[in-house]
Amino acid sequence: MIKTDVVIIGAGPVGLFAVHQLGIKGLKSEVIDNLDKAGGQCIELYPDKPIYDIPAVPECSGKSLTDNLLEQIKPFGSKIHLNERVQEIKEGKGLWTLKTSNNKTFITPNIVIAGGVGSFEPRKLPLKELTKFEGKSVFYSVNDKTLFKNKKISIFGGGDSALDWALELSKYSKVTLIHRRNEFRGAPHTLKELEKLKAEEKITIKTPFQIDTVNEGKEIKFINIKNDDEKTEKIETDIVLGFFGLIMQLGPIAEWGLNMDKKKIQVNTENFQTNKPGIFAIGDICSYPGKLKLILSGFHEAALASVECFKRARPNETYRFQFSTSSKEIQDRLGIKK
Amino acid sequence: MPKITYIEQNGNSKTIEVDNGLTVMEGAVQNNIPGIDADCGGGMACATCHVYVEDSWLNKLPKAEDAEQDMIDMAYKPNKNSRLSCQIVVSDEINGLTVTTPEKQT
Repeated sequence: MIKTDVVIIGAGPVGLFAVHQLGIKGLKSEVIDNLDKAGGQCIELYPDKPIYDIPAVPECSGKSLTDNLLEQIKPFGSKIHLNERVQEIKEGKGLWTLKTSNNKTFITPNIVIAGGVGSFEPRKLPLKELTKFEGKSVFYSVNDKTLFKNKKISIFGGGDSALDWALELSKYSKVTLIHRRNEFRGAPHTLKELEKLKAEEKITIKTPFQIDTVNEGKEIKFINIKNDDEKTEKIETDIVLGFFGLIMQLGPIAEWGLNMDKKKIQVNTENFQTNKPGIFAIGDICSYPGKLKLILSGFHEAALASVECFKRARPNETYRFQFSTSSKEIQDRLGIKK
Repeated sequence: MPKITYIEQNGNSKTIEVDNGLTVMEGAVQNNIPGIDADCGGGMACATCHVYVEDSWLNKLPKAEDAEQDMIDMAYKPNKNSRLSCQIVVSDEINGLTVTTPEKQT
């Protein structure tokens, strides 16, 4: 069990800057993110795309913004719990208890939700009947390659993940690669290798096809695929793999009783608290009149939320506004030696 | 002002006047058209503003660039009429465009 002043959900730029704003006020925080690295959308969606509207930074990439934020919050020693999602929260005596998908428990007076548009989850195949096979014979990622040896495998998708796994698994399994159009999107050497394996009949490629139906019963035996002209083909298969990238899902947050506006959490603009005392929402996930989905707006929201977090975490102390240029306290917390 | 018609899977349809220069996605979001999520806000990074363009319009629109097609690969139930509505810019030339929203975006 981890006790802390603030749990921040989401390690995107706004969540990371919240660590800073809390840290200079002397508050300890822990960050939880479902991705395998910090940076949120900046890293997952556009690591190399330039950003031009960070104040005093004429141009930077999502990657460099994230790296600089991580550098800036280093002095506070906040732990970032990656590959983990907050599953449920419980309220009691001014404290919140959080449980994560890895069975970690956190106890804190403050939860700051900086969840962007939600957590990133794999996009699934559109066929409902496949749900019951998930984790047994339908997968959206490969963790244990040995499960896929000497099998008949149908791989859906046209990007790098689909291609890389098609090449890899074709070494010891019968792979059919199915894609909705004839063009694949992959590194040139990957596409060349695919052509070669296709010519050698080590991989079967079916385009432009999409999934149509699956057999009934407890085990997958075959699937039917269909093209735009309604032509169907039957593919014998033991395993179905789908690689359609990641989608942002609000997930369990939607069930926490927070006032919502579409997929956004309503907050007041004084301290970015939600309708639940001690739960704050900042960055793209919050909603208020005039809200702009800008990183700089998220930074402002983090600063204001951190003040209320301080009041809740230190009810017997008085909050004092201080400048980092002149406050010895802040400079000590930043580890600055003069 | 150009008129754009949005049809839902259940057949409900709404015709809306959208300013020149906005995208078909923005026209939908600003007018609370259901079925278009636009999670990434027009960055061609999420495929949640996916629409089916009516056959007769398909060739009249500027062709989708590769990056858009790559993103449509990720969309829910794409077909040959699929486009991302954030990439269709409204102009007088597309007055009368009709798009159908998918049954869901994810």
